[in-house]
Amino acid sequence: MLQAIHDAKLLWLYGGVLLLLVTLTLTGRALKGRRKTPASRATIDNLNARIRAWWKMCAIFTAAVIVGHVGALVLFGIISFLAMREYMTLVPTRPSDHLTLFWSFFVIMPLQYCFIGFQWYGVFAVMIPVLAFTFVPTSIAIEGDTASFLERSAKIQFGLIVCVYCLSHVPALLLLKIPGYEGHDARFLLYLVVVDQISDVLQYVWGKLFGKHKIAWRVSPNRTWEGLAGGVFSATALGTALWWAMPFTPLQSAGISFTICLLGFAGGLVMSALKRDIGIKDFGVVVEGHGGILDRIDSLCFAAPIFFYLVRHYFVP
Amino acid sequence: MSNGIHPFASLLAAVARGISGVQVQWAGCEPDERQRIYFANHSSHLDFVVLWSALPSEIRAKTRPIAAKDYWEETPLRRYFAKNVFNAVLLERGVMAKAKTSEEAHFVGRNLMEEMASALGEENSLILFPEGTRGTGEKIGPFRSGLYHLAQRRPDVELVPAYLENLNRILPKGEFLPVPMLSLLTFGKPIQVEQGEVKDAFLERAREAVVSLRRTGPA
Repeated sequence: MLQAIHDAKLLWLYGGVLLLLVTLTLTGRALKGRRKTPASRATIDNLNARIRAWWKMCAIFTAAVIVGHVGALVLFGIISFLAMREYMTLVPTRPSDHLTLFWSFFVIMPLQYCFIGFQWYGVFAVMIPVLAFTFVPTSIAIEGDTASFLERSAKIQFGLIVCVYCLSHVPALLLLKIPGYEGHDARFLLYLVVVDQISDVLQYVWGKLFGKHKIAWRVSPNRTWEGLAGGVFSATALGTALWWAMPFTPLQSAGISFTICLLGFAGGLVMSALKRDIGIKDFGVVVEGHGGILDRIDSLCFAAPIFFYLVRHYFVP
Repeated sequence: MSNGIHPFASLLAAVARGISGVQVQWAGCEPDERQRIYFANHSSHLDFVVLWSALPSEIRAKTRPIAAKDYWEETPLRRYFAKNVFNAVLLERGVMAKAKTSEEAHFVGRNLMEEMASALGEENSLILFPEGTRGTGEKIGPFRSGLYHLAQRRPDVELVPAYLENLNRILPKGEFLPVPMLSLLTFGKPIQVEQGEVKDAFLERAREAVVSLRRTGPA
Protein backbone atom coordinates (compact mmCIF):
# COMPACT_ATOMS: atom_id res chain seq x y z
CA MET A 1 0.00 0.00 0.00
CA LEU A 2 2.38 2.73 1.14
CA GLN A 3 4.79 1.52 -1.51
CA ALA A 4 2.80 3.83 -3.77
CA ILE A 5 4.65 6.70 -2.11
CA HIS A 6 8.01 5.23 -3.16
CA ASP A 7 6.86 4.94 -6.75
CA ALA A 8 8.72 7.84 -8.36
CA LYS A 9 6.87 7.64 -11.68
CA LEU A 10 3.52 7.65 -9.91
CA LEU A 11 4.60 10.73 -7.98
CA TRP A 12 5.62 12.44 -11.23
CA LEU A 13 2.24 11.60 -12.76
CA TYR A 14 0.50 12.72 -9.66
CA GLY A 15 2.48 15.96 -9.45
CA GLY A 16 1.57 16.66 -13.06
CA VAL A 17 -2.10 16.18 -12.29
CA LEU A 18 -1.92 18.51 -9.29
CA LEU A 19 -0.08 21.15 -11.29
CA LEU A 20 -2.70 20.90 -14.03
CA LEU A 21 -5.52 21.20 -11.49
CA VAL A 22 -4.00 24.27 -9.85
CA THR A 23 -3.46 25.92 -13.25
CA LEU A 24 -7.01 25.11 -14.30
CA THR A 25 -8.48 26.38 -11.04
CA LEU A 26 -6.62 29.68 -11.37
CA THR A 27 -7.61 30.00 -15.04
CA GLY A 28 -11.21 29.21 -14.12
CA ARG A 29 -11.18 31.92 -11.46
CA ALA A 30 -9.70 34.46 -13.86
CA LEU A 31 -12.27 33.64 -16.56
CA LYS A 32 -15.10 33.86 -14.07
CA GLY A 33 -14.44 37.56 -13.55
CA ARG A 34 -14.38 38.29 -17.28
CA ARG A 35 -17.44 36.42 -18.50
CA LYS A 36 -19.84 38.65 -20.39
CA THR A 37 -22.57 36.95 -22.42
CA PRO A 38 -24.94 34.38 -20.86
CA ALA A 39 -23.55 31.73 -23.24
CA SER A 40 -19.95 32.29 -22.18
CA ARG A 41 -21.10 32.35 -18.57
CA ALA A 42 -22.70 28.92 -18.97
CA THR A 43 -19.54 27.55 -20.61
CA ILE A 44 -17.28 28.90 -17.89
CA ASP A 45 -19.60 27.68 -15.11
CA ASN A 46 -19.58 24.23 -16.71
CA LEU A 47 -15.77 24.21 -16.80
CA ASN A 48 -15.55 25.38 -13.18
CA ALA A 49 -18.00 22.65 -12.11
CA ARG A 50 -15.81 20.06 -13.86
CA ILE A 51 -12.69 21.44 -12.16
CA ARG A 52 -14.38 21.19 -8.75
CA ALA A 53 -15.39 17.60 -9.49
CA TRP A 54 -11.79 16.80 -10.50
CA TRP A 55 -10.49 18.05 -7.18
CA LYS A 56 -12.93 15.68 -5.50
CA MET A 57 -11.89 12.81 -7.76
CA CYS A 58 -8.28 13.65 -7.05
CA ALA A 59 -8.95 13.52 -3.30
CA ILE A 60 -10.75 10.19 -3.71
CA PHE A 61 -7.87 8.83 -5.74
CA THR A 62 -5.33 9.97 -3.16
CA ALA A 63 -7.30 8.33 -0.35
CA ALA A 64 -7.64 5.15 -2.40
CA VAL A 65 -3.91 4.98 -3.14
CA ILE A 66 -2.90 5.67 0.45
CA VAL A 67 -5.29 3.13 1.97
CA GLY A 68 -4.37 0.61 -0.70
CA HIS A 69 -6.52 -1.91 -2.55
CA VAL A 70 -9.27 -2.03 0.06
CA GLY A 71 -9.53 1.75 -0.08
CA ALA A 72 -10.00 1.73 -3.84
CA LEU A 73 -12.62 -1.02 -3.55
CA VAL A 74 -14.60 0.77 -0.86
CA LEU A 75 -14.47 4.09 -2.69
CA PHE A 76 -15.57 2.68 -6.03
CA GLY A 77 -18.17 0.60 -4.18
CA ILE A 78 -19.61 3.83 -2.80
CA ILE A 79 -19.53 5.47 -6.24
CA SER A 80 -21.34 2.44 -7.70
CA PHE A 81 -23.93 2.65 -4.95
CA LEU A 82 -24.56 6.37 -5.50
CA ALA A 83 -24.71 5.92 -9.27
CA MET A 84 -27.15 3.03 -9.08
CA ARG A 85 -29.23 4.94 -6.57
CA GLU A 86 -29.58 7.79 -9.05
CA TYR A 87 -30.25 5.40 -11.91
CA MET A 88 -32.94 3.38 -10.14
CA THR A 89 -34.61 6.58 -8.91
CA LEU A 90 -34.76 7.84 -12.49
CA VAL A 91 -35.96 4.59 -14.05
CA PRO A 92 -39.63 3.90 -13.47
CA THR A 93 -40.01 0.58 -11.65
CA ARG A 94 -43.09 -1.25 -10.43
CA PRO A 95 -43.89 -2.20 -6.83
CA SER A 96 -43.37 -5.87 -7.73
CA ASP A 97 -39.71 -5.12 -8.57
CA HIS A 98 -39.04 -4.24 -4.94
CA LEU A 99 -37.33 -7.44 -3.84
CA THR A 100 -35.25 -7.65 -7.03
CA LEU A 101 -34.06 -4.09 -6.44
CA PHE A 102 -33.24 -4.91 -2.84
CA TRP A 103 -31.06 -7.82 -3.99
CA SER A 104 -29.39 -5.64 -6.62
CA PHE A 105 -28.38 -3.04 -4.05
CA PHE A 106 -27.55 -5.19 -1.05
CA VAL A 107 -26.37 -8.52 -2.46
CA ILE A 108 -25.25 -8.30 -6.09
CA MET A 109 -23.37 -5.01 -5.81
CA PRO A 110 -21.46 -5.84 -2.60
CA LEU A 111 -20.62 -9.34 -3.93
CA GLN A 112 -19.14 -7.88 -7.12
CA TYR A 113 -16.72 -5.77 -5.08
CA CYS A 114 -16.00 -8.62 -2.64
CA PHE A 115 -14.98 -10.89 -5.52
CA ILE A 116 -12.47 -8.27 -6.66
CA GLY A 117 -11.22 -8.06 -3.08
CA PHE A 118 -10.80 -11.86 -2.92
CA GLN A 119 -9.18 -11.73 -6.38
CA TRP A 120 -11.67 -14.28 -7.70
CA TYR A 121 -11.29 -13.13 -11.25
CA GLY A 122 -13.42 -15.95 -12.67
CA VAL A 123 -16.47 -15.05 -10.58
CA PHE A 124 -15.98 -11.29 -10.82
CA ALA A 125 -16.08 -11.44 -14.63
CA VAL A 126 -19.33 -13.44 -14.83
CA MET A 127 -21.10 -12.17 -11.71
CA ILE A 128 -23.32 -9.60 -13.44
CA PRO A 129 -23.34 -10.59 -17.14
CA VAL A 130 -24.19 -14.21 -16.28
CA LEU A 131 -25.35 -14.71 -12.70
CA ALA A 132 -27.30 -11.47 -12.24
CA PHE A 133 -28.61 -11.83 -15.78
CA THR A 134 -30.30 -15.08 -14.81
CA PHE A 135 -31.28 -13.89 -11.34
CA VAL A 136 -33.00 -10.60 -12.21
CA PRO A 137 -35.68 -11.87 -14.65
CA THR A 138 -36.25 -14.99 -12.55
CA SER A 139 -36.82 -12.94 -9.44
CA ILE A 140 -39.20 -10.62 -11.28
CA ALA A 141 -41.06 -13.61 -12.76
CA ILE A 142 -41.46 -15.22 -9.33
CA GLU A 143 -43.24 -12.06 -8.17
CA GLY A 144 -45.85 -12.96 -10.79
CA ASP A 145 -46.31 -9.54 -12.35
CA THR A 146 -45.90 -9.86 -16.13
CA ALA A 147 -46.75 -6.26 -17.08
CA SER A 148 -43.82 -4.88 -19.17
CA PHE A 149 -41.74 -7.81 -17.96
CA LEU A 150 -39.00 -7.52 -20.57
CA GLU A 151 -38.70 -3.77 -20.08
CA ARG A 152 -38.37 -4.07 -16.31
CA SER A 153 -35.82 -6.89 -16.44
CA ALA A 154 -33.80 -5.00 -19.03
CA LYS A 155 -33.85 -1.74 -17.08
CA ILE A 156 -32.58 -3.32 -13.89
CA GLN A 157 -29.95 -5.39 -15.72
CA PHE A 158 -28.72 -2.34 -17.65
CA GLY A 159 -28.39 -0.41 -14.39
CA LEU A 160 -26.37 -3.22 -12.84
CA ILE A 161 -24.10 -3.46 -15.88
CA VAL A 162 -23.41 0.29 -16.13
CA CYS A 163 -23.24 1.26 -12.47
CA VAL A 164 -21.70 -1.87 -10.97
CA TYR A 165 -20.12 -4.16 -13.58
CA CYS A 166 -18.52 -1.47 -15.76
CA LEU A 167 -17.43 0.78 -12.93
CA SER A 168 -15.98 -2.07 -10.86
CA HIS A 169 -13.36 -2.53 -13.59
CA VAL A 170 -11.60 0.61 -12.38
CA PRO A 171 -10.54 -0.86 -9.00
CA ALA A 172 -10.18 -4.27 -10.72
CA LEU A 173 -7.17 -2.78 -12.52
CA LEU A 174 -5.40 -3.36 -9.22
CA LEU A 175 -5.88 -7.11 -9.74
CA LEU A 176 -3.74 -7.21 -12.85
CA LYS A 177 -0.36 -8.77 -12.29
CA ILE A 178 2.06 -7.42 -14.84
CA PRO A 179 5.68 -8.58 -14.52
CA GLY A 180 7.82 -5.74 -13.23
CA TYR A 181 4.79 -3.67 -12.27
CA GLU A 182 3.94 -5.16 -8.87
CA GLY A 183 3.00 -2.35 -6.53
CA HIS A 184 2.76 0.16 -9.36
CA ASP A 185 -0.82 -0.68 -10.30
CA ALA A 186 -2.16 2.67 -9.05
CA ARG A 187 -0.65 4.16 -12.21
CA PHE A 188 -3.14 2.25 -14.35
CA LEU A 189 -5.99 3.81 -12.45
CA LEU A 190 -4.54 7.28 -12.80
CA TYR A 191 -3.75 6.81 -16.51
CA LEU A 192 -7.30 5.68 -17.30
CA VAL A 193 -9.01 8.43 -15.34
CA VAL A 194 -6.71 11.22 -16.57
CA VAL A 195 -6.92 10.32 -20.27
CA ASP A 196 -10.67 9.76 -20.04
CA GLN A 197 -11.44 13.02 -18.23
CA ILE A 198 -9.04 15.14 -20.28
CA SER A 199 -10.59 13.77 -23.46
CA ASP A 200 -14.04 14.60 -22.13
CA VAL A 201 -13.22 18.20 -21.35
CA LEU A 202 -11.12 18.75 -24.47
CA GLN A 203 -14.01 17.54 -26.62
CA TYR A 204 -16.12 20.13 -24.86
CA VAL A 205 -13.58 22.94 -25.32
CA TRP A 206 -12.81 22.09 -28.97
CA GLY A 207 -16.54 21.84 -29.61
CA LYS A 208 -17.13 25.27 -28.09
CA LEU A 209 -14.31 26.84 -30.08
CA PHE A 210 -14.68 25.20 -33.48
CA GLY A 211 -17.85 23.08 -33.31
CA LYS A 212 -20.13 23.30 -36.37
CA HIS A 213 -21.47 19.91 -37.36
CA LYS A 214 -23.55 18.33 -34.64
CA ILE A 215 -23.27 14.57 -34.12
CA ALA A 216 -26.64 13.77 -32.59
CA TRP A 217 -28.25 17.06 -31.66
CA ARG A 218 -31.37 15.36 -30.33
CA VAL A 219 -29.27 13.48 -27.76
CA SER A 220 -26.67 15.99 -26.76
CA PRO A 221 -26.62 19.41 -28.47
CA ASN A 222 -23.04 20.15 -27.38
CA ARG A 223 -21.34 17.30 -29.21
CA THR A 224 -19.88 18.12 -32.60
CA TRP A 225 -17.61 16.26 -35.04
CA GLU A 226 -15.03 19.04 -34.69
CA GLY A 227 -15.12 18.71 -30.89
CA LEU A 228 -14.84 14.93 -31.07
CA ALA A 229 -11.90 14.99 -33.49
CA GLY A 230 -10.04 17.77 -31.66
CA GLY A 231 -10.69 16.32 -28.21
CA VAL A 232 -9.82 12.74 -29.10
CA PHE A 233 -6.63 13.63 -30.94
CA SER A 234 -5.32 16.06 -28.34
CA ALA A 235 -6.14 13.69 -25.45
CA THR A 236 -4.56 10.80 -27.37
CA ALA A 237 -1.44 12.93 -27.77
CA LEU A 238 -1.39 13.47 -24.01
CA GLY A 239 -1.96 9.77 -23.32
CA THR A 240 0.86 8.89 -25.72
CA ALA A 241 3.13 11.29 -23.87
CA LEU A 242 2.50 9.35 -20.64
CA TRP A 243 3.91 6.07 -22.04
CA TRP A 244 6.98 6.26 -19.77
CA ALA A 245 4.79 5.65 -16.68
CA MET A 246 3.16 2.55 -18.13
CA PRO A 247 4.34 -0.78 -19.46
CA PHE A 248 3.46 0.51 -22.95
CA THR A 249 5.57 1.58 -25.90
CA PRO A 250 4.63 5.05 -27.22
CA LEU A 251 2.71 3.43 -30.08
CA GLN A 252 0.79 1.13 -27.72
CA SER A 253 0.09 4.06 -25.45
CA ALA A 254 -1.30 5.98 -28.43
CA GLY A 255 -3.60 3.10 -29.41
CA ILE A 256 -4.84 2.58 -25.86
CA SER A 257 -5.43 6.31 -25.24
CA PHE A 258 -7.26 6.56 -28.54
CA THR A 259 -9.53 3.68 -27.48
CA ILE A 260 -10.17 5.24 -24.07
CA CYS A 261 -11.09 8.56 -25.70
CA LEU A 262 -13.50 7.02 -28.19
CA LEU A 263 -15.19 4.92 -25.51
CA GLY A 264 -15.39 7.93 -23.23
CA PHE A 265 -17.29 9.66 -26.00
CA ALA A 266 -19.54 6.63 -26.52
CA GLY A 267 -20.31 6.32 -22.81
CA GLY A 268 -21.18 10.00 -22.51
CA LEU A 269 -23.41 9.89 -25.57
CA VAL A 270 -25.26 6.75 -24.40
CA MET A 271 -25.87 8.15 -20.93
CA SER A 272 -27.18 11.40 -22.45
CA ALA A 273 -29.59 9.40 -24.59
CA LEU A 274 -30.67 7.46 -21.53
CA LYS A 275 -31.35 10.65 -19.60
CA ARG A 276 -33.33 12.09 -22.50
CA ASP A 277 -35.37 8.92 -22.55
CA ILE A 278 -36.19 8.57 -18.86
CA GLY A 279 -34.72 11.14 -16.57
CA ILE A 280 -35.75 14.58 -17.51
CA LYS A 281 -39.42 13.91 -17.92
CA ASP A 282 -39.97 11.89 -14.76
CA PHE A 283 -37.78 11.77 -11.70
CA GLY A 284 -35.02 14.17 -12.75
CA VAL A 285 -36.02 16.59 -10.02
CA VAL A 286 -35.37 13.97 -7.34
CA VAL A 287 -31.79 13.62 -8.47
CA GLU A 288 -31.15 17.37 -8.64
CA GLY A 289 -28.74 18.58 -6.01
CA HIS A 290 -27.29 15.14 -5.38
CA GLY A 291 -24.09 15.89 -7.24
CA GLY A 292 -25.04 14.07 -10.41
CA ILE A 293 -22.79 11.04 -9.95
CA LEU A 294 -24.16 9.55 -13.18
CA ASP A 295 -23.01 12.65 -15.08
CA ARG A 296 -19.52 12.31 -13.66
CA ILE A 297 -19.03 8.63 -14.44
CA ASP A 298 -20.71 8.53 -17.85
CA SER A 299 -17.50 8.75 -19.86
CA LEU A 300 -15.78 6.22 -17.61
CA CYS A 301 -18.34 3.43 -17.70
CA PHE A 302 -17.52 2.13 -21.20
CA ALA A 303 -13.83 2.99 -21.15
CA ALA A 304 -13.06 1.16 -17.87
CA PRO A 305 -13.94 -2.45 -18.83
CA ILE A 306 -12.40 -2.18 -22.31
CA PHE A 307 -9.19 -0.68 -20.92
CA PHE A 308 -9.14 -3.47 -18.31
CA TYR A 309 -9.50 -6.24 -20.91
CA LEU A 310 -7.04 -4.63 -23.32
CA VAL A 311 -4.38 -4.46 -20.64
CA ARG A 312 -5.25 -7.92 -19.38
CA HIS A 313 -5.12 -9.46 -22.83
CA TYR A 314 -1.91 -7.86 -24.07
CA PHE A 315 0.16 -7.21 -20.98
CA VAL A 316 -0.66 -9.93 -18.45
CA PRO A 317 1.18 -13.13 -19.36
CA MET B 1 -30.98 12.79 25.26
CA SER B 2 -30.50 16.19 26.87
CA ASN B 3 -33.30 17.68 24.80
CA GLY B 4 -35.67 14.82 25.56
CA ILE B 5 -35.21 12.92 22.30
CA HIS B 6 -34.83 9.18 22.76
CA PRO B 7 -31.40 8.04 21.42
CA PHE B 8 -33.14 5.38 19.31
CA ALA B 9 -35.24 8.08 17.74
CA SER B 10 -32.18 10.05 16.67
CA LEU B 11 -30.56 6.88 15.39
CA LEU B 12 -33.63 5.87 13.38
CA ALA B 13 -33.93 9.39 12.01
CA ALA B 14 -30.33 9.24 10.80
CA VAL B 15 -30.88 5.81 9.24
CA ALA B 16 -34.10 6.94 7.56
CA ARG B 17 -32.37 9.98 6.13
CA GLY B 18 -29.56 7.83 4.82
CA ILE B 19 -31.82 5.25 3.22
CA SER B 20 -34.20 7.80 1.70
CA GLY B 21 -31.49 10.27 0.58
CA VAL B 22 -34.17 12.86 1.23
CA GLN B 23 -33.86 16.38 -0.11
CA VAL B 24 -35.88 18.81 1.99
CA GLN B 25 -37.46 21.96 0.56
CA TRP B 26 -39.17 24.57 2.67
CA ALA B 27 -41.16 25.99 -0.24
CA GLY B 28 -44.05 27.70 1.55
CA CYS B 29 -42.69 28.46 5.00
CA GLU B 30 -39.55 28.33 7.14
CA PRO B 31 -38.79 26.01 10.07
CA ASP B 32 -40.27 27.67 13.15
CA GLU B 33 -40.63 26.80 16.82
CA ARG B 34 -44.26 27.91 16.93
CA GLN B 35 -46.94 25.25 17.37
CA ARG B 36 -47.82 23.55 14.11
CA ILE B 37 -49.66 20.58 12.71
CA TYR B 38 -47.69 19.09 9.82
CA PHE B 39 -49.99 17.05 7.59
CA ALA B 40 -48.75 14.92 4.72
CA ASN B 41 -49.51 12.11 2.30
CA HIS B 42 -48.90 8.61 3.62
CA SER B 43 -47.44 5.69 1.69
CA SER B 44 -44.62 4.27 3.79
CA HIS B 45 -43.50 3.50 7.32
CA LEU B 46 -40.63 5.88 6.63
CA ASP B 47 -42.97 8.86 6.17
CA PHE B 48 -43.11 9.93 9.78
CA VAL B 49 -39.42 9.39 10.58
CA VAL B 50 -38.30 11.19 7.42
CA LEU B 51 -40.60 14.16 8.04
CA TRP B 52 -39.60 14.29 11.69
CA SER B 53 -35.89 14.07 10.88
CA ALA B 54 -36.23 17.00 8.47
CA LEU B 55 -37.12 19.34 11.35
CA PRO B 56 -34.37 21.15 13.30
CA SER B 57 -33.62 19.25 16.53
CA GLU B 58 -35.12 21.82 18.92
CA ILE B 59 -38.41 21.58 17.00
CA ARG B 60 -38.11 17.79 16.71
CA ALA B 61 -38.03 17.43 20.49
CA LYS B 62 -41.47 19.02 20.68
CA THR B 63 -43.07 17.34 17.67
CA ARG B 64 -45.15 14.18 18.18
CA PRO B 65 -46.70 11.87 15.59
CA ILE B 66 -50.34 10.83 15.59
CA ALA B 67 -50.55 7.11 14.94
CA ALA B 68 -53.12 4.32 14.85
CA LYS B 69 -53.57 2.59 18.19
CA ASP B 70 -54.70 -0.74 16.71
CA TYR B 71 -51.51 -1.06 14.64
CA TRP B 72 -48.94 0.34 17.05
CA GLU B 73 -50.19 -1.53 20.10
CA GLU B 74 -50.34 -4.88 18.34
CA THR B 75 -46.90 -6.10 19.45
CA PRO B 76 -44.69 -5.06 22.41
CA LEU B 77 -41.97 -3.91 20.02
CA ARG B 78 -44.28 -1.62 18.07
CA ARG B 79 -45.71 -0.28 21.32
CA TYR B 80 -42.21 0.43 22.61
CA PHE B 81 -41.27 2.37 19.47
CA ALA B 82 -44.52 4.30 19.33
CA LYS B 83 -44.76 5.21 23.02
CA ASN B 84 -41.22 5.33 24.36
CA VAL B 85 -39.10 6.16 21.35
CA PHE B 86 -41.25 8.58 19.39
CA ASN B 87 -43.69 9.70 22.09
CA ALA B 88 -46.55 9.08 19.65
CA VAL B 89 -50.14 10.05 20.30
CA LEU B 90 -52.00 6.79 19.72
CA LEU B 91 -55.59 7.13 18.56
CA GLU B 92 -58.24 4.54 17.81
CA ARG B 93 -59.21 4.30 14.18
CA GLY B 94 -62.74 3.91 12.86
CA VAL B 95 -64.48 4.24 16.22
CA MET B 96 -66.82 6.86 14.85
CA ALA B 97 -67.96 4.56 12.07
CA LYS B 98 -68.57 1.82 14.64
CA ALA B 99 -70.77 3.99 16.87
CA LYS B 100 -74.40 2.92 16.88
CA THR B 101 -76.09 6.28 17.37
CA SER B 102 -75.16 9.74 16.20
CA GLU B 103 -74.82 10.88 19.83
CA GLU B 104 -72.32 8.13 20.48
CA ALA B 105 -70.37 9.04 17.34
CA HIS B 106 -70.37 12.67 18.39
CA PHE B 107 -69.16 11.66 21.84
CA VAL B 108 -66.24 9.47 20.72
CA GLY B 109 -65.28 11.98 18.05
CA ARG B 110 -65.12 14.67 20.70
CA ASN B 111 -62.94 12.46 22.91
CA LEU B 112 -60.47 11.80 20.07
CA MET B 113 -60.24 15.50 19.41
CA GLU B 114 -59.64 16.26 23.08
CA GLU B 115 -56.84 13.72 23.11
CA MET B 116 -55.19 15.45 20.15
CA ALA B 117 -55.77 18.90 21.62
CA SER B 118 -54.20 17.89 24.92
CA ALA B 119 -51.27 16.34 23.05
CA LEU B 120 -50.73 19.72 21.44
CA GLY B 121 -50.81 21.40 24.83
CA GLU B 122 -49.03 24.71 25.12
CA GLU B 123 -45.89 24.01 23.17
CA ASN B 124 -46.06 20.78 21.15
CA SER B 125 -46.51 20.28 17.44
CA LEU B 126 -48.07 17.26 15.74
CA ILE B 127 -47.44 15.22 12.61
CA LEU B 128 -50.66 13.91 11.11
CA PHE B 129 -51.43 11.74 8.10
CA PRO B 130 -55.04 12.68 7.37
CA GLU B 131 -55.59 9.82 4.92
CA GLY B 132 -55.63 7.64 8.02
CA THR B 133 -53.75 4.78 6.38
CA ARG B 134 -50.87 4.13 4.01
CA GLY B 135 -51.71 4.23 0.30
CA THR B 136 -49.80 2.94 -2.73
CA GLY B 137 -48.37 6.39 -3.38
CA GLU B 138 -50.02 6.78 -6.77
CA LYS B 139 -52.75 9.06 -5.53
CA ILE B 140 -53.76 10.65 -2.27
CA GLY B 141 -56.93 9.35 -0.63
CA PRO B 142 -59.69 11.50 0.90
CA PHE B 143 -58.81 13.21 4.19
CA ARG B 144 -60.49 12.23 7.44
CA SER B 145 -62.26 14.87 9.47
CA GLY B 146 -59.88 15.00 12.48
CA LEU B 147 -57.76 17.72 10.88
CA TYR B 148 -60.81 19.97 10.45
CA HIS B 149 -62.09 19.58 14.00
CA LEU B 150 -58.63 20.02 15.47
CA ALA B 151 -58.06 23.16 13.39
CA GLN B 152 -61.32 24.60 14.67
CA ARG B 153 -60.53 23.69 18.24
CA ARG B 154 -57.04 25.25 18.05
CA PRO B 155 -57.16 28.09 15.50
CA ASP B 156 -53.86 29.44 16.87
CA VAL B 157 -51.91 26.43 15.57
CA GLU B 158 -50.48 26.64 12.04
CA LEU B 159 -51.45 23.90 9.56
CA VAL B 160 -48.46 23.08 7.36
CA PRO B 161 -48.98 20.81 4.32
CA ALA B 162 -46.11 18.54 3.27
CA TYR B 163 -45.56 16.15 0.39
CA LEU B 164 -43.36 13.07 0.72
CA GLU B 165 -42.24 11.90 -2.68
CA ASN B 166 -40.90 8.51 -3.79
CA LEU B 167 -40.92 6.99 -0.29
CA ASN B 168 -43.54 4.54 -1.53
CA ARG B 169 -40.82 3.11 -3.78
CA ILE B 170 -38.25 3.00 -0.98
CA LEU B 171 -40.32 1.16 1.62
CA PRO B 172 -43.81 0.41 0.28
CA LYS B 173 -46.70 -0.86 2.32
CA GLY B 174 -46.27 -4.56 3.06
CA GLU B 175 -42.47 -4.63 2.58
CA PHE B 176 -39.90 -4.54 5.34
CA LEU B 177 -36.72 -4.37 3.26
CA PRO B 178 -35.92 -0.88 1.97
CA VAL B 179 -34.52 -0.02 -1.47
CA PRO B 180 -32.30 3.06 -1.11
CA MET B 181 -33.62 5.34 -3.85
CA LEU B 182 -33.72 9.13 -3.53
CA SER B 183 -36.71 11.07 -2.22
CA LEU B 184 -38.06 14.57 -1.78
CA LEU B 185 -39.90 16.32 1.03
CA THR B 186 -41.60 19.63 0.31
CA PHE B 187 -43.21 21.81 2.95
CA GLY B 188 -45.96 24.10 1.63
CA LYS B 189 -47.65 27.33 2.65
CA PRO B 190 -49.65 27.07 5.92
CA ILE B 191 -53.43 27.00 5.53
CA GLN B 192 -56.27 27.68 7.94
CA VAL B 193 -60.03 27.13 8.17
CA GLU B 194 -61.74 30.10 6.52
CA GLN B 195 -64.62 31.93 8.13
CA GLY B 196 -67.73 29.77 7.73
CA GLU B 197 -65.93 27.08 5.71
CA VAL B 198 -67.68 23.71 5.94
CA LYS B 199 -65.85 20.51 6.76
CA ASP B 200 -65.82 18.86 3.33
CA ALA B 201 -64.71 22.03 1.55
CA PHE B 202 -61.85 22.50 3.99
CA LEU B 203 -60.71 18.89 3.83
CA GLU B 204 -60.67 19.00 0.03
CA ARG B 205 -58.68 22.24 0.12
CA ALA B 206 -56.22 20.72 2.60
CA ARG B 207 -55.82 17.72 0.31
CA GLU B 208 -55.23 20.01 -2.67
CA ALA B 209 -52.59 21.86 -0.65
CA VAL B 210 -50.69 18.58 -0.26
CA VAL B 211 -51.23 17.42 -3.87
CA SER B 212 -50.01 20.75 -5.26
CA LEU B 213 -46.57 20.17 -3.69
CA ARG B 214 -45.96 17.10 -5.83
CA ARG B 215 -43.05 17.75 -8.16
CA THR B 216 -42.52 14.57 -10.17
CA GLY B 217 -44.12 11.85 -12.18
CA PRO B 218 -47.42 11.79 -13.98
CA ALA B 219 -49.75 14.58 -12.89
